[in-house]
Amino acid sequence: MSLITTPNLPAPDDFYEMLIEAHQGLSAEQSQELNAALALLLANHIGDMAVLREALTQARESVQ
Amino acid sequence: MEADIDYQALEFAYRKCADQEPGAPAAHRVIVVGAGPVGLTTALDLAAQGVQVVVLDDDYRLSTGSRAICFAKRTLEIWDRLGLGQRMVDKGVSWNVGKVFFRDQEIWKFDLLPEAGHRRPAFINLQQYYAEGFLHERAEADPRIALRWKSKVTGVTPVDDGVVVTVETPDGPYQLRADWLVACDGSRSPVRKLLGLESHGRIFRDRFLIADVKMAADFPAERWFWFDPPFHPNQSVLLHMQPDNVWRIDFQLGWNADPVEAVKPENVLPRIRALLGPQAEFELEWVSVYTFACERMECFRHGRVLFAGDSAHRVSPFGARGANSGVQDAENLAWKLRLVLAGQAPETLLDSYCREREHAADENILNSSRATDFITPKSEASRVLRNAVLNLARRHPFARALVNSGRLSVPATYRDSPLNTPDDADYAGTMCPGAVAADAPVRRGGRDDWWLGQLGGEFVLAVFCGDAPPDAQATSALAALADTRTPLPVPLRIVHVTARPLDGADVVVDAEGLLARRYDAQPGTCYLIRPDQHVAARWRRPDAAAVRAALGRAIGLAS
Repeated sequence: MSLITTPNLPAPDDFYEMLIEAHQGLSAEQSQELNAALALLLANHIGDMAVLREALTQARESVQ
Repeated sequence: MEADIDYQALEFAYRKCADQEPGAPAAHRVIVVGAGPVGLTTALDLAAQGVQVVVLDDDYRLSTGSRAICFAKRTLEIWDRLGLGQRMVDKGVSWNVGKVFFRDQEIWKFDLLPEAGHRRPAFINLQQYYAEGFLHERAEADPRIALRWKSKVTGVTPVDDGVVVTVETPDGPYQLRADWLVACDGSRSPVRKLLGLESHGRIFRDRFLIADVKMAADFPAERWFWFDPPFHPNQSVLLHMQPDNVWRIDFQLGWNADPVEAVKPENVLPRIRALLGPQAEFELEWVSVYTFACERMECFRHGRVLFAGDSAHRVSPFGARGANSGVQDAENLAWKLRLVLAGQAPETLLDSYCREREHAADENILNSSRATDFITPKSEASRVLRNAVLNLARRHPFARALVNSGRLSVPATYRDSPLNTPDDADYAGTMCPGAVAADAPVRRGGRDDWWLGQLGGEFVLAVFCGDAPPDAQATSALAALADTRTPLPVPLRIVHVTARPLDGADVVVDAEGLLARRYDAQPGTCYLIRPDQHVAARWRRPDAAAVRAALGRAIGLAS
């Protein structure tokens, strides 16, 4: 399996709203904590080193 | 007995020896530099195999403070082979349980004991001075070992087929010649410097305070590790039980701590009180500040000089891979050096020491670097991720697998060693060529025993027979190996493993069937096991020609 980069979310706007809402009322530092926890939870769910490596590469390349 | 001996206070006398008389340098087979755990193990292993050894040490005392403290299962098995394992275990504190705390909460408790049916526990805690003291007593009593204290190596000159060493003593300098020199002289290795060699790697910008504290406390024999505890905010703390009511506490201080100030009692005592509570009564036995590095020499052999232990490689302390890997170096080296000295194996066999132990050093450095990066995050992002792991670990098992306060110290498998003979059949389990032979309970001569007690010192061919004597084909293969008209390059001891006792036969009885299971053995399966208890080769059927070839390969005769 390789990293899916084509649209895969059934309701993209709903998800994006959920993501923003999860950060509601958090300080910048707490938001960092949340993002870290989220990355770890999702990584474990994916559980495929090749996919994770590809996701890390793509994420790193997206950093301006 | 040893309860009456204060090992830390022992002082060993310098004695002038005949080698110091004027004249040509006295010639020896092997000189070991350094009488620490690695040097003494090297000397004892060589002596046990009949090799005369001179041990030089610039000091006249054992280790000060607990230092290495955690001795792992494999180290105890090696010392078992040298007849010292039980003494270490009797004195040490055996432990398997570790607890991890984050801030004010226990987040995880783990048990390192993987399975029953092993003679030795995952770890014992024992002050380094006891380990050295027990090794030293044995070495001193061994007529094949000459221990020379206050004997500092100040010159090392490679010569044809050997090394000339200059030794500085209270009576002035003298010279020795040796066929081989083993440098077990620690991370600052004077021998390495004298040869102009270097060790390279990564220095961690952090400092830790270690304190040995004597007190009557009712903590259990467990390893407790705190991340960011209220009593020592933003840093980590480790607590370990040792013999004699001594507790070892490691406080992370950060890079900016002043090492001179940090060890002053007025600065140490408040830290300990913060952990133990204001009412605690204790005595401070030893305090030190350390920094650490992960580094190794590019090559552990330089001509007739071999490096073992911290002189060859250093790791950070998390995961107990320093002294433990050094003791494994010693045992890897001893049998090879003995065969080379006896002319039974080519000198190039010692290159396999480098290949195998450099690989082990890389594995140890990788493991301890990872633990260090978790314990002392080097960036803000790393700290945020570390804390997220710890927070998730309270509730989620997956995150506990990511918590790294030091991994179990396990011996390396020499998977790519040139001494291995590749498998020609499929096997389940972990006993591949290059692996350390796994232990299991067995019976021999009607008595309970351990499998590892049947191995070591020389090559062993373990022949699994099931519940019947070997069949005709196996018997003829084994007879061919014993044929004196075509002697084997080195002696081979054949050990029959049976499921139940056979009348009148000296067999190892695998009464619980654990051995056959751990080795995925069927009737006919054979394992060729090296003198250091690593697997060299295995077959589903005994075949004299294959065993002979594998034995040659395992002593470096195949190119």
